[in-house]
Amino acid sequence: MSVTPTSPEVIISRLKADTLSSLAKKGVRADGRGLEEFRELKIATEYLPKAEGSALVKLGDTQVLVGVKLELGSPYPDAPDEGVLVVSAEFVPTASPAFEPGPPDENAIELARVIDRVLRECSVIDTSKLVVVPGRKVWVVWIDIYVLDHGGNLVDASSIATLAALLTARVPKHTLTEDELIHVDRSTSSEPLPIVRRALTVSVGKLGDSLVIDPTLEEEGVITSKLIVGVSDDGMIAGLQKSGNGYLTLQEIENAVSLALRKGAELILRVDELLGRREAATTEDVKGVECGEGQRESESSDNA
Amino acid sequence: MLESERPKLIGENGLRHDGRRIDELRPVKMEVGILTNASGSAYVEFGKTRVIAAVYGPREPPQKYMVLPHRAVLRCRYHMAPFSTDERKNPAPSRREIELSKVAREALEPVILSELFPRTSIDIFIEVISADGGTRTAALNAASLALADAGIPMRDLVAAVAVGKVEGHLILDVDQVEDNYGEADMPVAVAPSLNAVTLLQLNGVLSSSEFSEAFKLALKGIGEIYRLQKETLRNKYLVKVE
Repeated sequence: MSVTPTSPEVIISRLKADTLSSLAKKGVRADGRGLEEFRELKIATEYLPKAEGSALVKLGDTQVLVGVKLELGSPYPDAPDEGVLVVSAEFVPTASPAFEPGPPDENAIELARVIDRVLRECSVIDTSKLVVVPGRKVWVVWIDIYVLDHGGNLVDASSIATLAALLTARVPKHTLTEDELIHVDRSTSSEPLPIVRRALTVSVGKLGDSLVIDPTLEEEGVITSKLIVGVSDDGMIAGLQKSGNGYLTLQEIENAVSLALRKGAELILRVDELLGRREAATTEDVKGVECGEGQRESESSDNA
Repeated sequence: MLESERPKLIGENGLRHDGRRIDELRPVKMEVGILTNASGSAYVEFGKTRVIAAVYGPREPPQKYMVLPHRAVLRCRYHMAPFSTDERKNPAPSRREIELSKVAREALEPVILSELFPRTSIDIFIEVISADGGTRTAALNAASLALADAGIPMRDLVAAVAVGKVEGHLILDVDQVEDNYGEADMPVAVAPSLNAVTLLQLNGVLSSSEFSEAFKLALKGIGEIYRLQKETLRNKYLVKVE
């Protein structure tokens, strides 16, 4: 059962709430950003030694860690020649005084399901390449989203971390014996995960009468509703979800979608840059830093 | 999905697998006041999709701490009966039902004048008794009728429908088969008099222009459903004075 939240994730004074709304009306924000600007984005990939793919994303004060694990399992009966994708999210109690230990609540479930739909519907992973024994053994791609620190805009930060972890994930080396026993050697990876399309989300919040992207936790205390828009690298709408107690007008929906498509295209390019996937066209502000033990950190001081 | 299993969804004549035009709703039935104990109740049918909604309250919630000092809290459960689907559905709430309970609550929050009933709870229980696609939108149509039947003050009714894309065509009121084999499914809920979109989801991929067109198609269906909702309430409550 879903209940109107009685203990909000953030409590802000009426005075501050009014200030945030009136600032937005003037086109500025408390932290100096414009309404259509992301906070500073940092991505560290290959962050974890035991996961086949991983990424720690810092988006302003928000930190999300995503681990991708690959395990052999059975395919779904209605898709015998496709690998399986499972997305889960944990709002770890480290992240916020409002997060309690226990099974994922409706917010964590919604976040995981929205990201799952975006990945699945635009076929980010070519699951047909994840078959080991057709009809019987396929790779199950477990994507676990760990929200470590809640500084607002968890959905977008999680989607960026998920994309980064997938883009850098590798399939473990496996050998098939004659009697169909499969030997998996996780110490060496054979090939990258077959990622054929890139997609992420851009959430557009309604702050007063203004539309803003990438809200801080404080701003989320004022935002009445938001539209989460899935954006693919070929500029398609790859999923939508209105979230929050308020509503958006027809005009706001239209504006939010076109804003999200525009910012999403920029964000995908920025993720590419931070991952070093694009050659140094606009990389003067991007540093690729070696952090030892196969860990790579890239950061940018600019906004995506 | 094997290509051979895939049914033809739009025929040569431009009609859908069940004979509907692409912009046609399934046969709709609506009824209010179907339960005696609930403060308000409704039954809504869209073809083989059938939904019951009951509203209790405003009342003191069972957990007395679960209240707000300045408004009523809404408690909303979307639930599918075990016999509502082809294969028996486990009655325990699935992740899907948890998500849908949330988006349904958030679709109703903007229209309910909850500030009139501090420290109470308004409970909305939705039971899908037969699921054939478009259950969340049928659920919202029923919930909104049940709230009105309970006499809860509202800014507007919420009317909802799903639009989809199958074989390249945009279609109104997606059923189970069209959802399973189609390319996109987009449920929309609107409070028409407020010009407010209270639920919007998209499962699938659409271009920007397809989205605009799909949205327009949804609004057309919502206009029809809104009219039916008002007619249903009028039929029950309108008293002719001699």
